Amino acid sequence: MTAPPSTGPRRATGTPATTVLGAVALLALTGTVALGLALPLTREQRVYSRLIAIHPPVAWTAYLAVAVTAIASALYLWPRTRDRRWDRVAAASAEVGVVFIALMLATGSIWGRPTWGVWWTWDARLTASALMLVLYLGYLAVRRVPADIEVRARRSAVTALLAIVVVPINHMAVEWWRTLHQGRSLAELDPGSNLDGAFIAAMLLGFLAMTLVYAWLVVHRYRVEALEERLAERGLDAAIAERRAEAVMVDQ
Amino acid sequence: MTYVLAGYGITLVVLVLYAARVIVRGRTLARTVGDDDR
Repeated sequence: MTAPPSTGPRRATGTPATTVLGAVALLALTGTVALGLALPLTREQRVYSRLIAIHPPVAWTAYLAVAVTAIASALYLWPRTRDRRWDRVAAASAEVGVVFIALMLATGSIWGRPTWGVWWTWDARLTASALMLVLYLGYLAVRRVPADIEVRARRSAVTALLAIVVVPINHMAVEWWRTLHQGRSLAELDPGSNLDGAFIAAMLLGFLAMTLVYAWLVVHRYRVEALEERLAERGLDAAIAERRAEAVMVDQ
Repeated sequence: MTYVLAGYGITLVVLVLYAARVIVRGRTLARTVGDDDR
């Protein structure tokens, strides 16, 4: 027996906890924008260094998303920890991750144009980032191939573990090859770096804000995934019931 | 400043649009399935 369809608006994937998380994320994001846009001009990059509050935090979150996807996929594949919830976490994190990878490329390109003079160049870091986007779009495509939920989960988990290989290469690209891209932004957080305190504060708030936004999005996307699975299972149950009814009619 | 505003703007717009898409999809699915999965 199915529950009657609901009427009127309902917070389908939200709970009081996600509302609080969303509010804190929004507050941190507002603070990041306010702090970032108020950063002082620098001698080398003038006004463009204000993008430091957005671009490195978006890139960090993209890495975090694909790392969570890989860990959840490994936990799904490991027989002792196999649980469909890990597959949902991987799916949710990958989709949110693709949004952040795309934003990483877009904000990087916007920063590159006035400082390097080009929107895009085939440098090692940029190429590895573009490859990362393609690989995770591929992961999402694998998830859309029609299959039994368990088969899809296994295929996707293997794909995620293959795709994660590009992440350390991307991260270390600025050390291993001569690139236009600057060194690792996280290295600027060392006490010995030349970065001014205001820039570090804006960047750290940006890291916090983007991580909170990511967490909020993943929780909602996870619940969407669960609802989609339930809908698929109901559709399957209805199809089986229909076939059985047809078989009974033929027998009669 | 145009590039800076473009960087911040595109980030905020994309995040808001994606969040809206996830929320709307969740509401539609919950109405279809008949349970809000809490």
